[in-house]
Amino acid sequence: MVSQAKILVFSTEKISDPAIDMAGLLKLHYPPQVYTIAIPCSSGVKPRWILKALENGFDGVFIAADGSDCSYGETCTEKTGAIVGKTHNIMKERGIDPARLKMAALCSVCSESFVKQIRSFNEYLLKSKNS
Amino acid sequence: MDKKLGVYICACGGNISDYVDIEKVKEAIKDEDCVLLARTTMFACGDSNQKDMEADIKENNLSGIVVASCSPKLHLTTFRSVSERAGLNKYNYVHANIREQASWAHSDNKQGATEKAIHLVKAAIAKARFAKSLEPTRIKSQKSVAVIGAGVAGIKASIALSNMGDTVYLIEREGEIGGKLASLGKIFPGNVKGGDMVERLNAEVKNDEKITLLTNTKIKECSGNIGDFKIKLQETKSGESSPDSEKEINVGSILVATGFESYNPNVGEYGYKEIDNVITLPEFRELLKNGKEGKNLIFKNRKVSDIAFIYCVGSRQVKGENKYCSRYCCSAAMQSSLDIKEQFSDIQVYHFTKGVRTYGAQELKYAEASRSGDIFIQFPDKEEPVVYSEKGQTLVKVKDILSSKKEVEAAVDLVVLVTGMVPDSDKSVGSLLKLPRGRDNFFNEIHMKLRPVETVIDGITIAGTCQGPKGVMESVNSALSAAVKTHSFVSKGELELSPIVAYTDANTCEWCGACSEACPYNAISKNDIGGKTVAVINKTTCKGCGMCLPVCESDSIELTSFTNKEIESMIEILAN
Repeated sequence: MVSQAKILVFSTEKISDPAIDMAGLLKLHYPPQVYTIAIPCSSGVKPRWILKALENGFDGVFIAADGSDCSYGETCTEKTGAIVGKTHNIMKERGIDPARLKMAALCSVCSESFVKQIRSFNEYLLKSKNS
Repeated sequence: MDKKLGVYICACGGNISDYVDIEKVKEAIKDEDCVLLARTTMFACGDSNQKDMEADIKENNLSGIVVASCSPKLHLTTFRSVSERAGLNKYNYVHANIREQASWAHSDNKQGATEKAIHLVKAAIAKARFAKSLEPTRIKSQKSVAVIGAGVAGIKASIALSNMGDTVYLIEREGEIGGKLASLGKIFPGNVKGGDMVERLNAEVKNDEKITLLTNTKIKECSGNIGDFKIKLQETKSGESSPDSEKEINVGSILVATGFESYNPNVGEYGYKEIDNVITLPEFRELLKNGKEGKNLIFKNRKVSDIAFIYCVGSRQVKGENKYCSRYCCSAAMQSSLDIKEQFSDIQVYHFTKGVRTYGAQELKYAEASRSGDIFIQFPDKEEPVVYSEKGQTLVKVKDILSSKKEVEAAVDLVVLVTGMVPDSDKSVGSLLKLPRGRDNFFNEIHMKLRPVETVIDGITIAGTCQGPKGVMESVNSALSAAVKTHSFVSKGELELSPIVAYTDANTCEWCGACSEACPYNAISKNDIGGKTVAVINKTTCKGCGMCLPVCESDSIELTSFTNKEIESMIEILAN
């Protein structure tokens, strides 16, 4: 019985990563097997990186998208959504549960939301892993 | 791998070491490939440790460093500077955040926090192995600035820029400067009159040798990039233009301060243009100037005894497009009411509001108006007042929120629609400069909190009400902020652009155009290289967002510092 799922978070340097930092500052605890890689913009995540994570031992990948706060333009949500859609299709083809890839928009102060999302994602992944 | 890495693990005076066993972290990473030395330190950012790091880099000829400490948002610049001082290219330094994202986030689980820190440091080492020395792109910058719009924001920004030593072209489409400020009465705080303020600013601008004032002038064309914008101007005196009236200026940066327009109500909106004693707030300000006869206020030859102000006309609309609050109008209406009391006796004022928003010190005006006998009635958002005419009388009927929506009716001699701010209807400047607009249709800053006066177009800043509704004081604050940012683009005569940009592999690229379509900055073009059509990325226009990466079917695009090798090596480490 595994008690923690391993989650890779793709955060964004200017928006969602500061929110994750603030979760730490506020001591809002979440499972320690949640690792973050910060990139400039969530619409720059390559599907091959997500698949690499899932096929190498991560139980889930969470894209902490910029949403409408993105400093690179308003199309960010739409573009990140397209990446998720495209990767979901590949995951289905490879027999990977698409729900192991999740995306949510996080603003620079959305610490509580991050922790809430990551805890519920962890629960889902654990349930499916232990079932 | 021939990299020689130094790794520094910070205790942060206990902030990290109370929850993360930093000695265990050191032991776990010291034998990693390429790690030449690993040290723990009480404060990595401390002066003495910075000096030790410099010495380590020089003595051991390190080709990269990893610092595991607090968030990179706090000390990225510190450790980049350490690298540079020691003669190491700053892009060979990689950061691991083991405070906010390990010790603090998992202070409830010391073992988990330590394990996580080990993984994070190992991942940073993996990335550092592939890190490359990068040089910023350097471009020349003209030491001059174009300020578009000579309202209060444009004028104040121009004066500030001139005081900082920049050559300023202040461009105004009208014949006079001052914009809407000239028509304002008393301005809070200080009760200075708008007209007096314009007169003073006008004299200041005209006596300033570094400011070239170009009135009756429009922007015809704009080309170039940050540091080197070429703007073609056209003089439009008496509405006519000729090729002789054209002029070109070359500037390093552009500050846009094109202002706002007052909302123009539709015919029939609260009886506007249908009932003859329904006017807007700007029209009422004119009446206050010209409608005085003795101690009476006269409108259309009739003495005015009762006035109704209806708030939020053209803003906070439930049904219309303008959902935003116009911020200044509650205070402007309150000031107008106090002006009435000061000039005329026996006028009763009714305020029909959606909730008064006289924020900050402007609350004093609200309190003063309340004390002077004004009546305030708040109506529900979705049940707006009805203005109608009956037996020669104008009536305002409204549901009062404080008496459980009891219907209240007031017969008045004048209805003043407190109209909000809307974006300037002349869209030419925004279109020429390709400035993005928000959902409210005002120009959009990059980030409301982090980069509040910059636009996504490098070198172009925004100030005042072209960015969104603001009072005079707020407009001036934003103008001074934009002036400082603008000055930073031109002050050195040279600009450094980030080397973190995307690049293509011409060998594998089969031009399909998807990357060009995904790029929000038009940085990708189709080029022929050796007889092959490929995508080429302009490194001065690329902002390094990476939006082009995932759309490339042949995976021919990489982003510096975020290459497949770097990201995937981190993933491999973290996954184990």
